Amino acid sequence: MPDLGQYAVEVLSAYAVSVALLLAIVGLSWRRYVRVRAALERVEKNG
Amino acid sequence: MSMWEYANPKRFMGWTRPVLPWTFALAGVCLVVGLVWGFFFTPDDFRQGSTVKIIYLHVPAALMAINAWIMMLVASLIWVVRRHHVSALAARAAAPVGVTMTLIALFTGAIWGQPMWGTYWAWDPRLTSFLILFLFYLGYIALWEAIEDPDTAADLTSVLCMVGSIFAILSRYAVLFWSQGLHQGASLSLDKEENVADVFWFPLLVCIAGFVFLFIALVLMRTRTEIRARRMRALEARVQRA
Repeated sequence: MPDLGQYAVEVLSAYAVSVALLLAIVGLSWRRYVRVRAALERVEKNG
Repeated sequence: MSMWEYANPKRFMGWTRPVLPWTFALAGVCLVVGLVWGFFFTPDDFRQGSTVKIIYLHVPAALMAINAWIMMLVASLIWVVRRHHVSALAARAAAPVGVTMTLIALFTGAIWGQPMWGTYWAWDPRLTSFLILFLFYLGYIALWEAIEDPDTAADLTSVLCMVGSIFAILSRYAVLFWSQGLHQGASLSLDKEENVADVFWFPLLVCIAGFVFLFIALVLMRTRTEIRARRMRALEARVQRA
């Protein structure tokens, strides 16, 4: 871990929030991708 | 074969399927290498101290926030002129990714601004135009959700996108033609004399590549989802009519 000195809170919180937001958009996009794909397969099978 | 044939929904689903995992892999590798390099293996700046490490998130996110809107503008214009459904759906797919990038840029900028400028926020031309761009993103997403008919939604959101482009361009160039405000000029440019020092510049370039690949991967994945959702609605409507 590098020595972040007096700005450790700022730097770490910037990284934590940014990585959380990136993971959130990837996770939400993936979840909808899987759900819609499954729903379409169901509709195509039943239709 | 005309380039427009790649925008055919069936063809789009075909060529994006093998491309998607590679784009995600490239994004993951670039982001991990760039962020680890920048966070662990670059020195502190003599004025900014360790807050310079925020550049590896802030600059790529801000760049992508603006470029995502420009991509949406191009896709919207293609929809308006050529009525390609995939282009309208790609614009819709890009908006949540763009708003995430804008949020990261605003947050990291504020968190950097407090120790460097003495304030989280200033009504500086670039910051203000960026905040308005963020609100345009929210309005754009809300408009898509609010209108049931997809073609009408695509028409109206295209108009909103064109209007919002003013603020996307302002976000990029406001510092150049308003000689006021706190925000400094570009950290990167094709003129190497204006760039940050090489020790910060190389990991920053890797991070930018990571953000670009991540944006492309997410837009491709989300566009595939939108195409499937549209097909599903069409099939359900057909069943209801029968």
